[in-house]
Amino acid sequence: MKKNIVIIDYGMGNLKNVRNAVGYVGYEADISDNYRDIKNASHLILPGVGGFQDAMRTLKQKGLVEPIKDAINGGKNFLGICLGMQLLFETSEEFGCSEGLAILKGKVVRFDEDKTPLIPHIGWNDIKILKRTNKYPTTAGTDDMFFYFLHSYYCLPEEDITVAVCDYYGEFAACVQKDNIFACQFHPEKSHNAGLALLRNFIAG
Amino acid sequence: MLAKRIIPCLDIKNGEVVKGTRFEGLRIAGNPIELAKRYNDELADELMFLDITASHEKRKTILKLVEEISKNIFIPFSVGGGISDVEDIRNLLNSGADKVSINTAAVLKPDLIDIAAKKFGSSTIVIAIDAKKVGEEYFVFTYGGRNNTGINAIEWAKEVYNRGAGEILLTSMDRDGTGSGYEINLTSSVVKSVKIPVIASGGAEDEADIEEVFVKAGAGAALAASIFHYKKTGIIPIKKYLKSKGIQVRL
Repeated sequence: MKKNIVIIDYGMGNLKNVRNAVGYVGYEADISDNYRDIKNASHLILPGVGGFQDAMRTLKQKGLVEPIKDAINGGKNFLGICLGMQLLFETSEEFGCSEGLAILKGKVVRFDEDKTPLIPHIGWNDIKILKRTNKYPTTAGTDDMFFYFLHSYYCLPEEDITVAVCDYYGEFAACVQKDNIFACQFHPEKSHNAGLALLRNFIAG
Repeated sequence: MLAKRIIPCLDIKNGEVVKGTRFEGLRIAGNPIELAKRYNDELADELMFLDITASHEKRKTILKLVEEISKNIFIPFSVGGGISDVEDIRNLLNSGADKVSINTAAVLKPDLIDIAAKKFGSSTIVIAIDAKKVGEEYFVFTYGGRNNTGINAIEWAKEVYNRGAGEILLTSMDRDGTGSGYEINLTSSVVKSVKIPVIASGGAEDEADIEEVFVKAGAGAALAASIFHYKKTGIIPIKKYLKSKGIQVRL
């Protein structure tokens, strides 16, 4: 099957770095905010750095909320990165309470200032794989590997979808997977070999 | 657990690496992409590019270089040197840099830190502080170490943290290039004064110096240039040593 990879452009963060990483593992990806491209994609990537509220506002303004939901419900391979993972959940604590895409059950919360000496969580952290499915082996070959994190908020899923956790003054969901959705809190495009392996696995899947 | 970071620093002039040309066995010493790739393969956790190009026109070459780096290197990297306003920051980030490192401009216009942190996110803003001991006090120096601002370095670190800096790159001018180890007292004082990671710089000679700045001073990252450019020791042996001492590193 021909891979038609689309990186969803909603004005947040450096999308080119994701495209560069996808290119490095041997595939071409388009950066697009056009709903037709999303409809025709075989693989969708929702990256992102920045504020949750701004991101949702932009997705709505660009008319991308329904196309993304339709694509996920229609079974397209979907990868959410960092903010792109958080947006899949119902609500975020960022700036009071903001509503997300609500594709996954749960919320996004901030690191506890009292327990966490340094916020944001910046740098290389190892992850612990909890579950592996043959159907969607995105984390294959990444055991005990370090990934690059950069975030002040993390996801609290209310369903049993956490496949890997990260320990930063307490464990949080590093990767979640449900059906055709895979999402990670870290940046695979900045995580050297471990991140490139994850992208390769996702696209091959 | 979060790993301690090792950050090689590459000085760039007119698009070429100017330190590191004497690195043994390094064939294309002047090419920043080749050196960056090598450090990337050797498990550097991040890279710092410092543009020391003097002429304003030629500074555009750094943007091209940043674009090229971001196509080849899949670890975070920062770019510093000569950044004076929001436009400079935007151009570097749009070209693919993950972070920018601001030095003199932050001292001249401290508001730039607040504005940049709000616009691009704190995590993209590294404030570089060049500190030198004069009498019993550490002072901030600007213009590549030529000008004593008379500002206390610890107080300045607190201020840049409060204004929204994401990290501090702290260079001890007294130790820089001496190989006598990092300035533990200075680094530790800054680490205790802020709640953001401190990148220690200046004075690293060997793995024991790096261990010391992590353990005794609490630095989040160690930056070095000459020990990676000139010595036979690589990043992996240093990391193996640190791991044997119980320090969390990415290996």
